[in-house]
Amino acid sequence: MAVTKAPPPTRETGEEKAPAPDDGEGRRLNSPLVLTLLMVLVVLFQGPVRQALGAPVMQSWMTVFVAVLVQALPFLVLGVLLSAAIAVFVPPSFFARALPKRPALAVPVAGVAGVVLPGCECASVPVAGALVRRGVTPAAALAFLLSAPAINPIVLTATAVAFPGNPEMVLARLVASLLVACAMGWLWLRLGHPDWLRPPARESYEGQGRGAAFWGSVRHDLMHAGGFLVVGAMAAATLKAMVPATWLSTAADNPVVSVLALAILAVVLSICSEADAFVAASLTQFSLTARLTFLVVGPMIDLKLFAMQAGTFGRAFALRFAPATFTLAVLVSVLTGAVLL
Amino acid sequence: MNRQAQAAILFLLGAALLHAGLTDLYLRYVKAGLRPLVLAAGVVLIATALATAWYEWRAKKEEHAHHEPRVSWLLVLPLFALILVAPPALGSYSAMRTGTALQQSYGYAQLPADGPLRLSLADYAGRAVYEHGRDLADRQIRISGFVALDRSGAPYLVRMALNCCAADAQPVKVGLTGTIPPVLQPDSWLEITGTYTTKQTRDPVNKGPIPFIEVTSAKPVPTPHDPYDETWNN
Repeated sequence: MAVTKAPPPTRETGEEKAPAPDDGEGRRLNSPLVLTLLMVLVVLFQGPVRQALGAPVMQSWMTVFVAVLVQALPFLVLGVLLSAAIAVFVPPSFFARALPKRPALAVPVAGVAGVVLPGCECASVPVAGALVRRGVTPAAALAFLLSAPAINPIVLTATAVAFPGNPEMVLARLVASLLVACAMGWLWLRLGHPDWLRPPARESYEGQGRGAAFWGSVRHDLMHAGGFLVVGAMAAATLKAMVPATWLSTAADNPVVSVLALAILAVVLSICSEADAFVAASLTQFSLTARLTFLVVGPMIDLKLFAMQAGTFGRAFALRFAPATFTLAVLVSVLTGAVLL
Repeated sequence: MNRQAQAAILFLLGAALLHAGLTDLYLRYVKAGLRPLVLAAGVVLIATALATAWYEWRAKKEEHAHHEPRVSWLLVLPLFALILVAPPALGSYSAMRTGTALQQSYGYAQLPADGPLRLSLADYAGRAVYEHGRDLADRQIRISGFVALDRSGAPYLVRMALNCCAADAQPVKVGLTGTIPPVLQPDSWLEITGTYTTKQTRDPVNKGPIPFIEVTSAKPVPTPHDPYDETWNN
C-alpha cells in the first residue's frame, strides 16, 4: 500500500471537482517540480516499498490493478481519439441530420448505432461525452453509452463462443441490453434534469488550429478519464483481492438472491465487456437468467464506469444515473430471461 | 497539474506501455492478443505528450492558467506499479480463493499411442473428469503448473486460465497424491510426471470437480513465457 500512500496529492482526490481558485502563482505548487520530487522519492525508497508490497494479498491487488489498466487503456485511447475526432472534424449539423428530430425517436436510433463501436465500455464514455458536447440530445447519447459496449459484434461473438450450448444467450443479451439502453434514454427524456449533467468545464478549442484542438482534446480526455479509470481500477482490485468468493456458492441456491448476487458481482468485478461472457460461463452453479443479468449489468454500470461517468458528466449525474441503470438492467434481464431462456 | 507535468506523465505512461508490450511483461497482465493494442496505445500516449509539449512551447506568449483536476495525479500510480514493481502474474493466493474453472470441452483430440504424454494441465483435468480417464490409464503423463496449498496444506498443481486480463483469470486445479516432494513452495513451477487416478474432490469455493494425479516424480521448471493458459482464446 506504500505506493498508493506515497504521493501527497492523491489524498485530495475527493476534491477533484473543486474549481481551481485563481490564486497567485506563488501559492500554487509547481507541478513539474512536485512530479520530479515524487519520482526521486519513490526511486530512493523503492526497497522498502517493494518489501511492503511483498505480501500475497498486496501482490494480487497490484496485479489486478495493473491488469485492469493495461487492458482498459488501449480502449480508452481509442474512445478518446474518436471523441476528439467528433469534436474537431464532425460538424454539429451532421448529427442533426443523422438523428431523427424527435428525441423519443433519436433514442432507439442511437441505441442501435452502438453496434458500430467495436470496443469495451472504456471507449464509450468519452465518445458519449463528445456527442453531448456536439449537440446530440443527452437522452440519445446516453442510450449510445449504454448499448455500445454490450451489443457490438466483438462482444456478441465472445458471448456465442463462451456459451456454445446456449445460443439463445446471445439473443437475450442483445435484446435486454438494447431495451435497457432505450428505456434509460426515454427515462432521461421524462425525468432528466439538465442541471444534473454538469460536465467539467473545458476550454473551448475555437480559434485554434485543428491540430491543436485535436491534441488538446485528446490530452484533456486522457488526463480526466484516465484519472478516474485509476480510481475504478483500485476499487475493483480491492474487492477482487479482499472479498471471499465462497459467499457466491451460498447465494446460488435462491433464485432471487442469485440474480442480485451476480448483478452486484458484475458491478464489483468491473470486467471488460469483451471477457465477461467467459466469466459468466464459468459461474455454472447459477441459473442462465442470473448469468444474463451479469452480462447486461456489467457493461452498463461497474465501479470503473461509475468513476469515469462521474468524471465525464459530473457527480450529480452519476449518482442518479448509476442506481437507475442498475435497477432497470436487473428488471429487464429477469423479464428477458423469463421469455427467452 | 500544468501541461508540462501532464506531458511528462503521458510520455512516461506511454513509454511504460511500450516497454511492457515489447518485452513479455504484458503477458503477466493481459492476453497475448492485446499486444498490438497495448503498443498502439503507448504510441498514441507518447504522441499526445509530444503534441502537448509542442503546442505549449509555441503558445508560450500568452500565459494562462490551465490546470487539470487533481484526480489526474492518480495516473502516477500505474506508472510506479508498472515501472518499479512490475507485480508478478497471479499465483497461489488468488488461485485458492477462486473456484476451479474446469469446463467440459467440445471433444478431446486423439492422443499419441505411445510414449509419455505431455498434456496441458487443463487438458488433463478435463479428460480425467469428463472422460473418466479414458485413454489415460497406464500412461505416463507430464503436466506443469504452479504449486498452491489449501488451508490444510494439501498440495495442488494450478494453471490460471485467462480470457482478457488478469482480473478475469480463473484457476484450473489438479490435486497431487502419491510421491509428493517433501518441500513444496507455493507459486513455484513444477513439471509433474505421474499417472491417472480415479481420485477426485470438490473445490470448496464453487463445488467444481478437482481431479488428482498420482505423482511419480516432480522437477522444478522455470516460469513459462506466458504464465497464463490462453487456450480458451484460440
